[in-house]
Amino acid sequence: MDILTQQLFNGLTIGSVYSLVALGLTLVYGILHIPNFAHGALYMLGAYITLTLMLLWGIHYWIAMAVSVLVVGLLGVLMDRLVFHPLRNAPPIHDKIAAIGMLLFLEAFAQLIWGADYRTMTTPYGQVINLFGTTATMQRVLINIGAIAVMILLYLFLKKTYIGATIIAMAQNREGAHLVGINTNKVAMLTFMISGGLAAIAASLSAPINLVFPGMGHLVILKAFVIIILGGMGSIPGAILGGYILGFTESLGATYISNDYKDLIAFLLLVIILSIRPKGLFSREGF
Amino acid sequence: MGAYLKKRGWMIGFILLAVVFPFLSQNDYFLHVLTLAFIWMIAVYGLNLLAGYTGYLSLAHAGFFAIGAYALGLLTVKAGLNYWIALVLACVITSAIGFVVGLVALRTREHFFAIYTLCVGYIIYLVIDKWDSLTGGVRGLIGIPAPTAIGPISFETPLSQYYLILFFLLATILIMYRIIHSLTGRTFIAIRNSEDLAQTIGISTMKNKLLVFVLSTFFAGLAGALYASFIRFIGPDIGYITIIFDFLTYLLVGGLGTLAGPIVGTFLIVSVSQSLQFLQDYRMLIFGPLLTILIIFYPRGIAGAYLDFRMKRQARKKKSVPSKQTSYVQQSQEDEEKRVKEG
Amino acid sequence: MFIETRQLTKKFGGLVAVNEVDFTIEKGKINAIIGPNGAGKSTFFNLVSGSYTPSSGQVFYKGKDITKLPPNKIATLGVARTFQTTNLFEQSTVLDNVIVGHRLRTRSNLLDAVLRTKRYKLEEKKCRDKAMEVLDFVELTHVRGELAVNISQEEKKRVAFALALATDPEVVFLDEPTAGINPGETEGLAALMEKMVKRGITVCLIEHKMKMIMKLADKIMVLNYGEKIAEGTSEEIMNNQAVIEAYLGGDASA
Ligand SMILES: Nc1ncnc2c1ncn2[C@@H]1O[C@H](COP(=O)(O)OP(=O)(O)O)[C@@H](O)[C@H]1O
Ligand SMILES: [Mg+2]
Repeated sequence: MDILTQQLFNGLTIGSVYSLVALGLTLVYGILHIPNFAHGALYMLGAYITLTLMLLWGIHYWIAMAVSVLVVGLLGVLMDRLVFHPLRNAPPIHDKIAAIGMLLFLEAFAQLIWGADYRTMTTPYGQVINLFGTTATMQRVLINIGAIAVMILLYLFLKKTYIGATIIAMAQNREGAHLVGINTNKVAMLTFMISGGLAAIAASLSAPINLVFPGMGHLVILKAFVIIILGGMGSIPGAILGGYILGFTESLGATYISNDYKDLIAFLLLVIILSIRPKGLFSREGF
Repeated sequence: MGAYLKKRGWMIGFILLAVVFPFLSQNDYFLHVLTLAFIWMIAVYGLNLLAGYTGYLSLAHAGFFAIGAYALGLLTVKAGLNYWIALVLACVITSAIGFVVGLVALRTREHFFAIYTLCVGYIIYLVIDKWDSLTGGVRGLIGIPAPTAIGPISFETPLSQYYLILFFLLATILIMYRIIHSLTGRTFIAIRNSEDLAQTIGISTMKNKLLVFVLSTFFAGLAGALYASFIRFIGPDIGYITIIFDFLTYLLVGGLGTLAGPIVGTFLIVSVSQSLQFLQDYRMLIFGPLLTILIIFYPRGIAGAYLDFRMKRQARKKKSVPSKQTSYVQQSQEDEEKRVKEG
Repeated sequence: MFIETRQLTKKFGGLVAVNEVDFTIEKGKINAIIGPNGAGKSTFFNLVSGSYTPSSGQVFYKGKDITKLPPNKIATLGVARTFQTTNLFEQSTVLDNVIVGHRLRTRSNLLDAVLRTKRYKLEEKKCRDKAMEVLDFVELTHVRGELAVNISQEEKKRVAFALALATDPEVVFLDEPTAGINPGETEGLAALMEKMVKRGITVCLIEHKMKMIMKLADKIMVLNYGEKIAEGTSEEIMNNQAVIEAYLGGDASA
């Protein structure tokens, strides 16, 4: 088996997950200019909800995931209404602290309900298959297909539907959108719904190849921030591209440089980028 | 003198209480908890100067705390340096790293600054965690000595450590007090208020921000170094992001950008945590929402709410000018009402 | 020549906000810039005060090229400004808001502050005295102890003036100083500007209120879509065909 192909496939898989998480983050940033530090907690809850539904009631993986998407999406909406909306005119430091407060709460909440143990999620897709000369579990293939399908759906939604168009309009010009009669509050809620949903999908897809625990969102969310700075805060193609770039870099770095320090790659990348370009790679915001 | 006492009453009260506490309670455990709280307070004061008075939310300060702790630990344990020299060096090293980080980080603003520092903090944590040969990795660093005696004063007992760390805390408060109430402090506050405006009244914002950043890392480093010699054992966990979240909670509850805030918040949260022992890992179930609610309704915490209250009472006494609330929620509601009326 | 811009240009992406503007600001006079919303007036101020760097062109102050200087250096040279939106520190008193304005004329540093040196004490007093002086100048002595949240809109504008004056400027740039203020108060602010000029401070302001500007200004420049379309005294401007067409829409008293 070719190590390089194997690692490229791994990179693609990791990248898919990163892209989905970063997409949710970048959507919210694009519309509301909030860096939602609590997004990682939504990701974590997404995994737990799917897992619980499967274990407790034996609900099928896909249905459990759908419920999880709905629940986490609504949680996102709740966050917007209860916290971010009231803070929209506050100094920029405030919404970040509020988001951190929610992150801490949701993590403690998860620990209370599910305990601090690392858990595994078993899906019906554990079988190993052969793919272009490399082997992979069916789950890994599903992550890739699922992520790409979601991205295409999101694209169609944003470009082909009226509601999607309002989201894009608002991302480009909030004041203008308000003036032409777009209900900016509704668009904000919808964006949080989608953002939470994307996090739940990413978590539910990737949980079977990772572990589920209260702190599982930390690294992912940090990296998602790196990605959206890499790809331009608020940019959708940037989030997707950035996710895959980081996925490949990490997976190759882990093999050819050091497995211990692979998590460092993302942060070093970010530190370097912001050192050279303090406003991110693409300081122009929008889609 | 009377006015002086009234204005700084809380401070004098706190000092008196802290000094006599060991005579009131012979409980070593309480002494331990309080000493630890003093250490947190020093670090929180550092963070307050940066986030509270200058408006830059650094999420790397747990990392600088850890750098101070590890610098002291390594200099005493591995290099065998005298404790006091190591303490000074630990602060210098932390500030130097703070200078380099600040030089780059402060070119970014707002979200970018928060994310940047979050990543810097994480890098520091990862390096400590993975650099086994230097830091001992996850096993941590043991056998850190207590402060060596100065002449006849030794620092072996919990009581002497308590007073030593109280001394450092009081020095920190004094320095903070003097900075805040000086032209330098006003300069920082002007930057927090509006960087553009600050620049047009002739303030070099970069120079001043760098100064604050280095200062605040200095205090984080000092706190870390004191922590190392007090607990005598350190692990990578002290640099993890949960620590910075703790600092933030202390600061927010007490009052961001107030002088009493770090003391009030840290003391309150630490003592509440003590009485809520059974909650342990779940304390964030309460503190998390508390953080969020405070920032929405009382962005300047307990100390800030008290100051507002006092200010309002004074205003009412002087004449009946209605003093406005400071919560941004109310402000934006007023804006909305205005808009509705106008529109 | 006091302040002079040569071919001053600022582009934001494709938008040319200020386009090759030549303008001189005359010492000891009230200079005004008028023009419709979005004409590039604030951008012009930002270029002169150093908040933006020009895409091309130059700015001279007393014969010195200040085009590339950062705003704090320009302020030190004696150029002060106010912003279109007044951003005071609302939780501080009026006096506290103004004291920091004189910071640029002091040298005491962190160590002075911590050690409470003689220099620190002298300079603290110097800044406080300066603040009292300029508050007296803008006639706000009576509210100096109030929190900035609690004072009126017009008083806030005056505080912004005071803050600019505390820097010991030779010229002040005022961006729409009378926006959102009633006619009576507007006259008060106009009188204040005249008082500044009498003190030897050059004034340059952006204004929308035509009647007032025509009475007040010694020299007016009209911007439209970033370009200077006219320059001269009030009479010249009022009778300028290009201005009437482009801006006043045929009604000079608008
Ligand atoms: N920082 C900026 N980035 C992009 N465009 C800007 C910026 N500042 C001003 N503009 C644009 O430049 C033009 C002139 O703006 P401005 O100088 O504020 O006009 P005025 O003060 O005359 O009303 C406007 O079209 C405005 O949208
Ligand atoms: Mg303007």
